[in-house]
Amino acid sequence: MGNCDKAGAEKGGAVLTRKQKALLFLGGLAAGFLCGFFGGGGGMAAVPLLTAVLKLENKKAHATALAVMLPLSLIASVFYIANGASDFSLLLPVGLGVVAGGTAGALILKKIKNRYIAKIFYALMIIGGVFMLFSGN
Amino acid sequence: MTVFWYILFGIISGILGGMGMGGGTLLIPLLTMVLKTGQHAAQSANLLAFIPMSAVAVFIHAKNRLIEKKALPPILLAALPAAALGALLALKTSPDKLRIFFGIFLIILGSAYIFKKKPPE
Repeated sequence: MGNCDKAGAEKGGAVLTRKQKALLFLGGLAAGFLCGFFGGGGGMAAVPLLTAVLKLENKKAHATALAVMLPLSLIASVFYIANGASDFSLLLPVGLGVVAGGTAGALILKKIKNRYIAKIFYALMIIGGVFMLFSGN
Repeated sequence: MTVFWYILFGIISGILGGMGMGGGTLLIPLLTMVLKTGQHAAQSANLLAFIPMSAVAVFIHAKNRLIEKKALPPILLAALPAAALGALLALKTSPDKLRIFFGIFLIILGSAYIFKKKPPE
């Protein structure tokens, strides 16, 4: 593997090194578990994983993370539905909104610099998290 | 009226998701905190809503050759059983505990991203 390791370590190398495979495997464990346990957020682990291990550019990392998350969401959904944990009455309206918003978001992404919006969003995320800790029903 | 909120929250989180900022992490707390949707049902709704959207996106990205295919086997080999395990564990966790774990998850995630110096372009 010695030579392969070096060749594969180059950006865009044809083969993955053993180390890269191991890191992707470990990261996959985390992303998969997060996706199943929290029903989301796995992509936020998969994107940095892909940029760190494979040095993928932002666009490619996001696209590849989506390709990872799709089968994960499918398999996790099967378990949630089989256990009767899904509420189908909210699915159609939420799903329609997500598709409409997702399309808009993808278009906006190309037009504006979203770094500051992102910072605000992450700040809100922390605040939301704190609220969730104390919002016992 | 609730339907209106479902659609609106779907749109907001869809926009963020489309911009690549993790829309699901927004949809779930919006549903649980504002509309009092159960934690498990909210998580399930996020998973299911993500599927059609990402299926279209993956199709387009694949056409544009933006997906690093060789990364998929090592990740999915680990991630698929881990997702099943995570889902099973979540279903065995009480809604109250799951909500608290989710809150901690949001705080960690938000902190990790907010202090990241410069996003790779």
